[in-house]
Amino acid sequence: MDIEKFVYELAVRANTILRRDVLNLINKAYLEERKIQPKKTLKVILDNALCAYKNRIALCQDTGLPLVFLECGKDVKVDYILIKRVSKALERAYRKEGFRASTVTPFNFYKPRFNPDIFHIEFTNRYGLRITIFPKGFGSENKSALKMFNPTVSQQEISEFIVDAVRRAGPSACPPFFIGVGIGGTADYALLLAKKALLERVDRDGRNEDITRWEKDLLKRINSLGIGPMGLGGNFTALCVKIKLYPTHIAGLPVGVNISCHSLRSATATIRI
Amino acid sequence: MGKLIKLKTPIEEEEISKLRAGEEVLLEGLIFTARDQANKRLNEFIIAKKSLPVNLYRQVIYYCGPNFKGDKFGSCGPTTSSRMDDYLEPLLSVGVKGFIGKGNRSSLVRELLRKYRGVYFLTYAGCGAYLWQFVKSYRKVAFLDLGSEAIFQLEVCNFPLIVGIDTKGEDIYKRI
Ligand code: SF4
Repeated sequence: MDIEKFVYELAVRANTILRRDVLNLINKAYLEERKIQPKKTLKVILDNALCAYKNRIALCQDTGLPLVFLECGKDVKVDYILIKRVSKALERAYRKEGFRASTVTPFNFYKPRFNPDIFHIEFTNRYGLRITIFPKGFGSENKSALKMFNPTVSQQEISEFIVDAVRRAGPSACPPFFIGVGIGGTADYALLLAKKALLERVDRDGRNEDITRWEKDLLKRINSLGIGPMGLGGNFTALCVKIKLYPTHIAGLPVGVNISCHSLRSATATIRI
Repeated sequence: MGKLIKLKTPIEEEEISKLRAGEEVLLEGLIFTARDQANKRLNEFIIAKKSLPVNLYRQVIYYCGPNFKGDKFGSCGPTTSSRMDDYLEPLLSVGVKGFIGKGNRSSLVRELLRKYRGVYFLTYAGCGAYLWQFVKSYRKVAFLDLGSEAIFQLEVCNFPLIVGIDTKGEDIYKRI
């Protein structure tokens, strides 16, 4: 298959079809919520997904900065030309499908563009090129947080930092949230890990039991904040917390928090080229 | 909660002062989109006492930068209102009565809405496809160089709102 067509379709899928794992968690919250207004809001979020799918229009008018993650298998040759083709296809998808041009040069707000060309490229031991398009809205991206802890910090202190980041995100970042946390690496890498955490299946536990327990504990604490869908209260301020760890320096412990709104959108697929 | 209140634009003073924070409203009539850059420009016009490209007297502003597929209107949910807090007073002073957006706002906004008897409405955030169903037609109005941030006039019917801050300055988010 032609890579440009492939990327085009991924961009459409990411923006118009809500991820199944995301849908699962929203649906579960909808069924469990008892308070009327938050429950109704969760219902509207589900209706929204259906409406976007049926009419092939964007789930949210903020079609975000379309971030690109490339995982290049050992049979794939990635070069400037390939990157340009991906970029062009993404731009074309946004233009033709009417997804919003939300990309601007700082201090110059005229003529917004579609695609900032933000690529994250990794090499894997698999075959094929695995492409992820992750349209990241800024209502929630604006609430990102980073803290460089001491290496001797307690888990408790990290928890407080994470819960506080969610509290400060508040109703305007479109709760219920999905919370990505990156621990380790460097300042920038911790935030990238946090973002990548949101690309994993959110309706499934990870393999590390201690981490899973911590994630569950964090979720409970976040949900006791009572912000709720659209800030209308209830039991679901967040629907999941995902933590990713990575080696870091003996002198520090970076912790990055990346918050996603309820409209957590991404599409991933592998192409053989 | 429970009852749905029907409201029409242009807004009647009497109707709007009856609204209470937390009540659900269905809006009918024309509303005008304006987000960051358009709010800034409208402010500059008002402060320089230049006549506005659109008459906003008794009208409702929607903090929204919609999607368009060619000429076809698309997803159109609210953006974060607090970024527009500092642009509120001049708009209230020319008679804007309602603002639609998402999220909490500053205490200054509560005071201003009380002073000018305006209302801040919430609508379903991140549900631009759902809200699209309630927009019957649109028209380009002003600042078209801003792309999606231009001012568009939307004709809406049963557009769902929740009163966020009422004319008494009561705020649904005060507890947060
Ligand atoms: S925070 Fe997410 S759901 Fe809310 S407006 Fe932005 S992209 Fe849409």
